[in-house]
Amino acid sequence: MNNRLVAFLVGIVIGAAALYFFLPGPGAPITAATVNTTGPAAKPAGPTAAAGSTLATVRARGYLQCGVSQGLPGFSNPNDKGEWSGIDVDFCKAVAAAVFGDATKVKYRPLSAKDRFTALQSGEIDLLSRNTTWSMSRDTSLGFDFAGVIYYDGQGFLVKKSTGITSAAQLDGATICTQTGTTTELNMADYFRGQGMTYKVLAFEKNEESLSAYDEGRCDAYTTDASGLHAQKLILKTPDEHLVLPEIISKEPLGPLMRQGDAQWADIVRWTLFALINAEDLGVTQGNVELMRTSQSPDIRRLLGAEGAYGEAIGLKAEWAADVIRAVGNYGEIYNRTVGPDTPLGIPRGLNALWKNGGLMYAPPIR
Amino acid sequence: MRAAKSKGFGSISWTNPRLRSLVYQLLAIGGTVAIISFFVLTARANLERQHIASGFAFLDHTAGFGVIQALIPYTEESSYGRVFLVGLFNTLLVAVIGTVFAVALGFVIGVARLSNNWLIAKLAAVYVEVFRNIPLLLQLFFWYFVILRPLPGPRESIKLLPDVFLSNRGIVMPAFGSTQATLAFVLVTLATIIGVIIMRRWARKRFLATGQTFPDGRLSLALLVALPLGAALIFGAPFSLTPPVMGPFNFVGGWHLLPEFVALTFGLTVYTASFIAEIVRSGIQSVSKGQTEAAYAIGLNPSQTLRFVIIPQALRVIVPPLTSQVLNLTKNSSLAVAIAYPDLVAVFAGTVLNQTGQAIEVIAITMAVYLVISLATSYAMNVYNARVAIVER
Repeated sequence: MNNRLVAFLVGIVIGAAALYFFLPGPGAPITAATVNTTGPAAKPAGPTAAAGSTLATVRARGYLQCGVSQGLPGFSNPNDKGEWSGIDVDFCKAVAAAVFGDATKVKYRPLSAKDRFTALQSGEIDLLSRNTTWSMSRDTSLGFDFAGVIYYDGQGFLVKKSTGITSAAQLDGATICTQTGTTTELNMADYFRGQGMTYKVLAFEKNEESLSAYDEGRCDAYTTDASGLHAQKLILKTPDEHLVLPEIISKEPLGPLMRQGDAQWADIVRWTLFALINAEDLGVTQGNVELMRTSQSPDIRRLLGAEGAYGEAIGLKAEWAADVIRAVGNYGEIYNRTVGPDTPLGIPRGLNALWKNGGLMYAPPIR
Repeated sequence: MRAAKSKGFGSISWTNPRLRSLVYQLLAIGGTVAIISFFVLTARANLERQHIASGFAFLDHTAGFGVIQALIPYTEESSYGRVFLVGLFNTLLVAVIGTVFAVALGFVIGVARLSNNWLIAKLAAVYVEVFRNIPLLLQLFFWYFVILRPLPGPRESIKLLPDVFLSNRGIVMPAFGSTQATLAFVLVTLATIIGVIIMRRWARKRFLATGQTFPDGRLSLALLVALPLGAALIFGAPFSLTPPVMGPFNFVGGWHLLPEFVALTFGLTVYTASFIAEIVRSGIQSVSKGQTEAAYAIGLNPSQTLRFVIIPQALRVIVPPLTSQVLNLTKNSSLAVAIAYPDLVAVFAGTVLNQTGQAIEVIAITMAVYLVISLATSYAMNVYNARVAIVER
């Protein structure tokens, strides 16, 4: 290569790096409030500029872009017609119903665990609803806000029954398959370190690759969130020959997340989740929502927009929550339809039951 | 750029070509700087608005995840900076081993394609056409998922040699350790190598001065085998072998070659060798037949003809495109991520990027690394090329 050209390229790279780190930052930090008043038109074009008013961008576009997994039964999984279903997908539909009054105005973007955060940061999607663990670093330094917890999960291990292993404490020295770019990699490291055991991790980019590596014997165990273990066990060659170990080694509160810095959009997503939980709490279902609008209970009347206009404070219409429940039902209905005891996954409510039934699902009131 | 026959700057007029070109160049530089500043400032403003951390402080933070193959000491408590080095060395390992094997295999296949033996020539042609025309990613999938994955588990391993086993966990071999005789053995081997180099220099000098040949090739081979072997016989076994033993899951102890590593290195080697073979063939064919006939006419035998007449001239044609192939092999090693080999892209631009969310910094570092590796390789190959290039007098 021509030496002068090399020098030029290197010069550009060094120059850009120098500019990036030594130029003074942009004057006053732009707060969400100023952005909201100036509106999207005042901002320069480009996907990240959409961070200002996500609601306006979504409305102008006409549909919600929702990041989901590449296929995890019960959470987000396409059927043979390409229709998506699952608890995470239903949440995307709920947000679309809140914004548009129409749950079909969603486009799903299947994302690997590795790519999901970059997609959200860059503005490629408006909302990430992809069995993602709420952790401090993701909430802070990655520049995201979590709306809350849609599913309380924990990490476990799957082994072959033929190995005779019945406890995670027997996994010393095992090779373990997992997916790269997940909290499972970190939890596993912490668990084995804490127990003074050694392990080898084989991290694939896609779930199905690491699962098939386990199925074909490249690894001794497979690890992911317990819900995922139950779901993925079903697609192994012989599900009956595998065992989910009893140990749960981590807390995995899964929830939807959005970019930090747009308080209005964060409120919409957060209160959509709360509306789903409140609806179950108050006994409002997909079937009785019309009837309930005439209810005497002030809590129900406020939720469904028959009294007050709580939706307007977040840029939506008064009946936003009624639209959500009409479209997807309440939290309990979504749970039972996607991962509950009557589905192939058959996961009992457990921690995900309402607070008054011994679970952790509890939503602040709408008032 | 125009030749500088400077007679002062000349008149300040648009018709003055020197002034005009200076203005254009300043505009071009200003435009470039403005565009880059715009991108940089926009990126910074957006990062700040979204509260995404930036800077390189994360390199000192604890990584907290495991890597299956590390050539340097690494634990989960090591820093992201350490993970970067682990990934870098894993990439370099594949690149170096792949390059050595690909060049060797490529030369053999390239020469074989020109063989007078019909069968050998056709086999080499089939090799080239098959491996050159199938996408590399598919080939990696083939070696990894089709060939290595269905192998039996560790307990049913195939015994290749005593204490060397092949299973779906890779190849396990005894670990080499040092004994009391190791130092003596290494010293004798080093002394032999130095002696051989001195002898070959002397032989070449004498050949150039007097024209007398000396059987230095055969002699150096004999010395290189005989002296270290003698040292081993006198001082005892130079290495101890610790055989692997079966643990609860897999072999414990010994050296392990991961199937991901084997598949990646093998796939890269086989693929790149097919291109190198064609480069070698074209290099040899570029030497006119008259050269061979002239060499025979002055009494050189076929192997001498190849060594002293054809190869030196062919190398002038071979080396520049060979550089590109070596660079390609290094860059293609980033396909490792598809088969879970922990190279730089997989662990650093993959896991670290995901854990820290600092896409700009991580990708910039990764790109800079490949740029530096490529430029360094280019430089080394250019130095070699200058040595074999035609010397004009």
